[in-house]
Amino acid sequence: MGDAIAEAFRLIAVGDAALWEIVSLSLRVSLTAVALACLLGLPLGALLAIARFPGRSVLIVATNSLMGLPPVLAGLLVYLLLSRAGPLGPLELLYTPTAMIIAQTVLVTPIIVALSRQVIADMHQEYDEQLRSMGITTTGAVLTLLYDARLSLLTVALAGFGRAAAEVGAVMMVGGNINHVTRVMTTTIALETSKGNLAIAVGLGLVLMLIALTVNGALMALRGTQGVARHV
Amino acid sequence: MSETIATSDRRALAPTLGPARGPDSVLPVAMDGVGYTVDGTTLLEDVSLRIRPGRLTAIMGANGAGKTLCLRLIQGLLHPTAGTLSHASGPVSLAGRRRIATVFQRPVLLRRSVAANLRHALKIYGVPRVERAAMLSDLLDLAGLRALAHRSARVLSSGEQQRLSIVRALAADPDLLLLDEPTANLDPYATRMIETLIRQAEARGATVVLVTHDVGQARRLADDVIFLNRGRVTEQTPAGTFFDRPQTAEAAAYLAGRLLL
Repeated sequence: MGDAIAEAFRLIAVGDAALWEIVSLSLRVSLTAVALACLLGLPLGALLAIARFPGRSVLIVATNSLMGLPPVLAGLLVYLLLSRAGPLGPLELLYTPTAMIIAQTVLVTPIIVALSRQVIADMHQEYDEQLRSMGITTTGAVLTLLYDARLSLLTVALAGFGRAAAEVGAVMMVGGNINHVTRVMTTTIALETSKGNLAIAVGLGLVLMLIALTVNGALMALRGTQGVARHV
Repeated sequence: MSETIATSDRRALAPTLGPARGPDSVLPVAMDGVGYTVDGTTLLEDVSLRIRPGRLTAIMGANGAGKTLCLRLIQGLLHPTAGTLSHASGPVSLAGRRRIATVFQRPVLLRRSVAANLRHALKIYGVPRVERAAMLSDLLDLAGLRALAHRSARVLSSGEQQRLSIVRALAADPDLLLLDEPTANLDPYATRMIETLIRQAEARGATVVLVTHDVGQARRLADDVIFLNRGRVTEQTPAGTFFDRPQTAEAAAYLAGRLLL
């Protein structure tokens, strides 16, 4: 175990090409998926927070439930869509990074919708009467709330990133864990552990933790800066 | 903030105050037999009143009398469950509602700087982009908040927040400015600044409706008084008449500072 950890640090320190290729692809897939999920999920969350329409409660329950969507189920759904016999089969996206991005987007979007809806609903309760008295449009209200809730929504995006970066089932199913093509950190950790090659598995685990720490630290620093700005 | 109009006798100045409003003005606003009932409880009953242009109307009455509810109805945030509410141009419309601005008792300011709050309002109210900088500067001066322009609005004192709320409402260049107890819980100095701002709002052509518990403030500012008691208008009269010769026992008791039970 000690040897594996020492070897992991060595791989990180020397900038092992194979290791960084996997890290790079992982970040590209997960960050793109989170960006797409935010693009879809934030306006939808805001609309669910402020609009009143038939079926809204059902939608809220559905998105809340989908936060717990098992990654393998998301993977299976995307697999069925992208497989040769599926409706999107002709696009030939299966076992590509694009398929992995789609699967992670499916996984993360409900998290972004449900959490952002809650954040924006709380703020809307406070702003509603003021904004309506100003004669604001629904679109204007959504944009105002999204902007004013931006720091809380960054935390929501972070939760989505955590989900995307840590999952293994969906990307394994639609990416296939192909070396130099679709191999990401989580699938590599699973593969190398099963092969008994613990050094690279531990190394990737450390990188994964380091990324999580860096992102959280950056967010906390940003929130701290905003907090100071409020009091100068 | 400069005090541009003497406080001694504003009524004498009233005819000269502010630019004349155009034919699209919402004023006068009229309520005829308006009632508001929620969950079987009647909160307003058979309320008829007129808000006339160029005259500051104070709405007075005990807690729960329906003063704030009247403002919400006039603004269009709520709809009467009985009777009719109309603007000069006819039934209440969205365009008409945008000619009315409300300042709430507890200011709701965006989580942004003072200047950003005003910029947001100018944008929402459809002020052309090229005019916004000049208007922003004017509003900051009017509120006496230029030095605090880049500070978060949420850390201002209560008086500063209320001044910001008032000038934000003035960004709409409203025909009608509705103020819901704007000086509640403020000290005399902050109250004086708010009252000066109210006069300046009038000087800009806004007709003001002021909900207040402060009899002294109503004496200083009001041209007309509407007195509400338990959801009904019991007096609607020029301020001088109301303060000198209240027509109902409830109004007399209220002015005398007796507890209305």
